[in-house]
Amino acid sequence: MSRKTLTRRQFVAATAMSSTALIAAPYVRGAYAAGKLSIGFWDHWVPGANDASTALVKEWGEKEKVEVSIDYITSNNKKIELTAAAEAQAKSGHDILQMPSWWPHAYSENLEPLNDVMEPLIKQNGEVNGTVKYLGQSGGKWLAVPATPGSQIKGPCSRIDLMKKHAGIDVQEMYPAGAPPKADNWTLETFLKAAEACHKAGFPFGIGLGETTDSVDTAGAIFQSFGAELVNAKGDVTVKTDEVRQALEFYKRLIAVLPTDAPSWDDASNNKWLISGRGAMIMNPPSAWAVAKRDAPQVAEQCWTHGFPSGPKGRFAPFLPYFWGVWAFGKNKEAAKSLLVHLSSPAAIEKFVAASGGYDLPAYANMTKFKTWAEEGPPKGTLFHYPDPYKQQTMSIAASPAPPKIAQQIYFQATLTKMALRFAQGEKLDTALAWAEGECEGFMRT
Amino acid sequence: MADIVVEQGRLVRAASPRKRASLQNVLGRKSTVAFFLTLPLILLIVLLVLYPAFYSVYLATLNKAMTKFVGLGNFTFLFKRETFWMVVRQSCIFAITAVVFKALIGFIVAHFVHNIPGKKQRKWRGMLLVPWVIPPAMSTLAWLWLFDPSYSAFNYTLSFFGVGPIPWLGDTFWARFSVILVNVWYGAPFFLIMYLAALKSVPDQLYEAASIDGANWWQKIWHITLPMMRNIIAITTLFSLIVTFANFDIVRILTSGGPLDRTHLFATWAFQVGIQSSDIPLGACVSLFMVPILAVAAIFILRDVNKRGNEA
Repeated sequence: MSRKTLTRRQFVAATAMSSTALIAAPYVRGAYAAGKLSIGFWDHWVPGANDASTALVKEWGEKEKVEVSIDYITSNNKKIELTAAAEAQAKSGHDILQMPSWWPHAYSENLEPLNDVMEPLIKQNGEVNGTVKYLGQSGGKWLAVPATPGSQIKGPCSRIDLMKKHAGIDVQEMYPAGAPPKADNWTLETFLKAAEACHKAGFPFGIGLGETTDSVDTAGAIFQSFGAELVNAKGDVTVKTDEVRQALEFYKRLIAVLPTDAPSWDDASNNKWLISGRGAMIMNPPSAWAVAKRDAPQVAEQCWTHGFPSGPKGRFAPFLPYFWGVWAFGKNKEAAKSLLVHLSSPAAIEKFVAASGGYDLPAYANMTKFKTWAEEGPPKGTLFHYPDPYKQQTMSIAASPAPPKIAQQIYFQATLTKMALRFAQGEKLDTALAWAEGECEGFMRT
Repeated sequence: MADIVVEQGRLVRAASPRKRASLQNVLGRKSTVAFFLTLPLILLIVLLVLYPAFYSVYLATLNKAMTKFVGLGNFTFLFKRETFWMVVRQSCIFAITAVVFKALIGFIVAHFVHNIPGKKQRKWRGMLLVPWVIPPAMSTLAWLWLFDPSYSAFNYTLSFFGVGPIPWLGDTFWARFSVILVNVWYGAPFFLIMYLAALKSVPDQLYEAASIDGANWWQKIWHITLPMMRNIIAITTLFSLIVTFANFDIVRILTSGGPLDRTHLFATWAFQVGIQSSDIPLGACVSLFMVPILAVAAIFILRDVNKRGNEA
């Protein structure tokens, strides 16, 4: 039995060869070498719109070698808000979570700053509107990235025939497809006269006075058109001002010509109102029109989405953005940021808009003239002015410019609509103002 | 009776000291077996009821940002809010009115059903239980459509009589009426079935004796039926009061608390404050406020039941 001994020279040679082989060998990357990522997206109501998100994420995952899982979470019954609350409490959950307008501020302490994502995106896609900055930024820090899916303007959707016949207003002429608006005379006074005329003719405007977002958003834009703020940007209660009084007087006249059950309306009521053919106008994104295309085509072909009437302090459109936030406790934050950049590229945004039939609105200035809005119909061009392509409106959200954590409470407690309704139902103006002042003082809790 | 048997069994076995010490003996006890059999349920209750309950007490002691302990600060803040006291008032109106009507309707219908002979009674019992077995979220949606002021069957029918349209959910009075009506519709079958079971346990001889003594129907109810059903009425009322006070789905679906907050209950307002306005500690306080009210009601009713049990 022979025993071979290893010489010093042989040992050095073997070691050198092994080291060379290890260094020179190609790095074999596994299918998901860059880890895993989980996302909670808003479950889009437009059939097939989620497919665009899935395809974009899959495309990115394959390129970056990241294994991605997506949950589509419905906004029905506040499921997204509940998910956000649970994940923030548990410090565990998705890496990226799509959240409604006020939630980035509500969970600012739990969100990863995204300045390194937003600054290049703004350079690439154009400036974002003031409402997105107000809701998505805190102390110069970007809390979340504006998401195209779900973001919307709740402007007027008018019946072309009824407005022409009963109010003498040609909305297509005022907001022509493919051309700038000629809406200088489209003021709150004109709007009110049209509302009175349509009410008299049996086709009242369908504007809710309830506690859900559609009702509050309309009230917010009208109050802002008068410069009426319940709490100012510094956090001071400013309920008892002339501007608030003017806004309430206007609302009282408007409420007199709205449907009698408007105080109980939710976000579906105005859609039903338009689709049933009973109303000449609602304030909504084009979802009602899209459903009418399927269920009441004769109504859909008479619908025209356009800009908000202007008030003494300007023309304000209710804008409700969604955001994509990255939890600070997420496990793959760099991958999450990379995906958000991919989902915010011009090509991705155009896909989102096309997949939603024009419903989804990007927050960026250079992204308001896609062909989807020009071509959707019937009638062709009905959505052309939906994204405000000529920047004639100030994008706003109700209860701003109050500090967001106070404004969120004014918004969800529907203080604006409640105050207007109290006054319209016979409460004295000063009593309604005192009630709202008390409510706002209660919202100052930290 | 079972307990006595166990005790006797234990005493018999106690004669042998070796067996008494054995694990087999411990496991063989009925009480041990019963404990292990109920353990899964105990664990579920600890996990899904006790832990959240204590956690919500903890949450209620934090500030809005949930970074600081504020003790009872949230409660003192809440007690100064006009809306909170309105919600307290409304919850009481809602729960008491709904429970009274549920009990009354349940009692009357139980008597009718009790007097229906054999086979037919089964059919009626089944039909009358339908509202209670349909998931409330689903049936409330149907009510929502029925209450729709523009397109609903109610207003359509009323229009033939020249009445309406009634803003069922848009006017304060009608909105309160509507949420109570749906709660009564949903909850009355529970009372009906409990009362029916109680009625069946009242011996017929008592009624026969009362008839011989010349008692009329009211005297039979007052002196026989009601005393014999006292305990079941008390327990059913307490149970229903707790469930009705904590109601969420009916109000959430029908009115979301509107118009002007006039139909909010503790649960719906707690949801609005806690989840929608991102003030979880205050939301926890609102929902915890129910506890003392219900605890006091429970103590009084259960004490009375115990007393009567002892008398019996």
